[in-house]
Amino acid sequence: MTQAVVVGAGIVGAACAYYLSAAGIDVTVVDRGQIGAGTTSRGEGNILVSDKGPGPELELMRLSRTLWLDLAGDVGAAAIELERKGGLVVATSPAALGPLHEFAAAQAAAGVRTVEISRPTDFEPHVDPGLPGGVLYPEDMQVQPVLAAAHLLASARQRGARVMQRTAVHGVRTDSGGAVTGIDTSSGPLRADVIVNAAGTWGGEVGEAMGAGIPVLPRKGYVLVTEPLPTVVRRKVYSADYVANVSSSDAGLETSCVVEGTRGGTVLIGASRQRVGYDTTIDAEVVSTLARQAVTLFPMLKAVNLMRVYCGFRPYCPDHLPVIGPDRRVPGVYHACGHEGAGVGLAPATGYAVTRQILGQPVGAPMSSFSPDRFVGGAAA
Amino acid sequence: MSRLTVDGEPLEFRPGQTVGAALMAAGILSWRRTTHRGAPRGLFCGIGVCFDCLVTVDDVPNQRACLTPAREGMRIRTQEGTGHDQL
Repeated sequence: MTQAVVVGAGIVGAACAYYLSAAGIDVTVVDRGQIGAGTTSRGEGNILVSDKGPGPELELMRLSRTLWLDLAGDVGAAAIELERKGGLVVATSPAALGPLHEFAAAQAAAGVRTVEISRPTDFEPHVDPGLPGGVLYPEDMQVQPVLAAAHLLASARQRGARVMQRTAVHGVRTDSGGAVTGIDTSSGPLRADVIVNAAGTWGGEVGEAMGAGIPVLPRKGYVLVTEPLPTVVRRKVYSADYVANVSSSDAGLETSCVVEGTRGGTVLIGASRQRVGYDTTIDAEVVSTLARQAVTLFPMLKAVNLMRVYCGFRPYCPDHLPVIGPDRRVPGVYHACGHEGAGVGLAPATGYAVTRQILGQPVGAPMSSFSPDRFVGGAAA
Repeated sequence: MSRLTVDGEPLEFRPGQTVGAALMAAGILSWRRTTHRGAPRGLFCGIGVCFDCLVTVDDVPNQRACLTPAREGMRIRTQEGTGHDQL
């Protein structure tokens, strides 16, 4: 029986454990902290097709969206707060409308459902009535990522998987041919034929410790949380500049406006991107910028209190694509990290794809763009 | 003694008291009901940390009674749920 160790008990590691255990593989999940305590707990639970242009990442997200619906059928949509709420992308100026429609048309050609609308207030009554238009994305969804990670791991455990929290990874053990035979952890050595690096933002360090380093770096993002409200924001509503922002490589602070409600009644406000290493300081300037933008989109938020602010680290690679697949430097090591802001959305497809790759079976989506090979110099080992 | 109103009823308080203290002194222990279960809430921590004692003050919802100084003529309204029902 194949023995797999998954490093990371976030949403991606949990999805890997879910699909690996379903395939009959013996799975142990290790995490230096606790389940879902890293980036999984610092985002908004996005499952978005709306922010992705045609290409391999959109294809992977379309697969992942289908898998999310399957997972909801298995563990229960209510248990993981999966909501098929849809997204609304609005142009904040008449000049932004053309590029947004052009982007949406390209997405539609790639199979995404899009609906151009001219009056956003018909769909979100509290949005600024002066907005010139937007695009509805009925396929966008939201999930509570920590609940989802816990439920996916619970399913995996029912199939025999083990979860070891507060267990850090020190390095791999290999045979004379360099292939993985085990992993050294702070809780002792574990036998392993396969190691899946699902350490998210810390995937670079974990890879390095195994002799399979990859360039995953932290990009800081803030989320503002309002006091609980009645249902006033129905969809995931964001301004069209969010897309340009996510794909930008600028080191400085970038903000765009993303607003959405939650099951608990709080409204979440994002999104900022900042490359400042692992600095967790909350900067009042960033908070007020995000709050100001949210009030521009939803004027009624002006009279609403912020309850708290959190920040987290989105794991990004230089080309803004995740790293999924076998690392040819250390046979048996697979990467499943570097998803930036799309880790929750892409988690099921990532776990599914890695499982299929480990089994030597076709994935059903183009995976070559995500291969770690793109960061490994020289000829194949 | 100075005076404010609670849901339109007059309530006397000593200058320097908070809204929470004035309510407690008058024997009122609960002035909010929770959003989902409608459970009663009043002072819990009393020092501004727990946000349990929220109340609507002069039409602004979700003010912490324990930190809000009582003032002459203040209009206090007990609160149901989020306090934002007008939205």
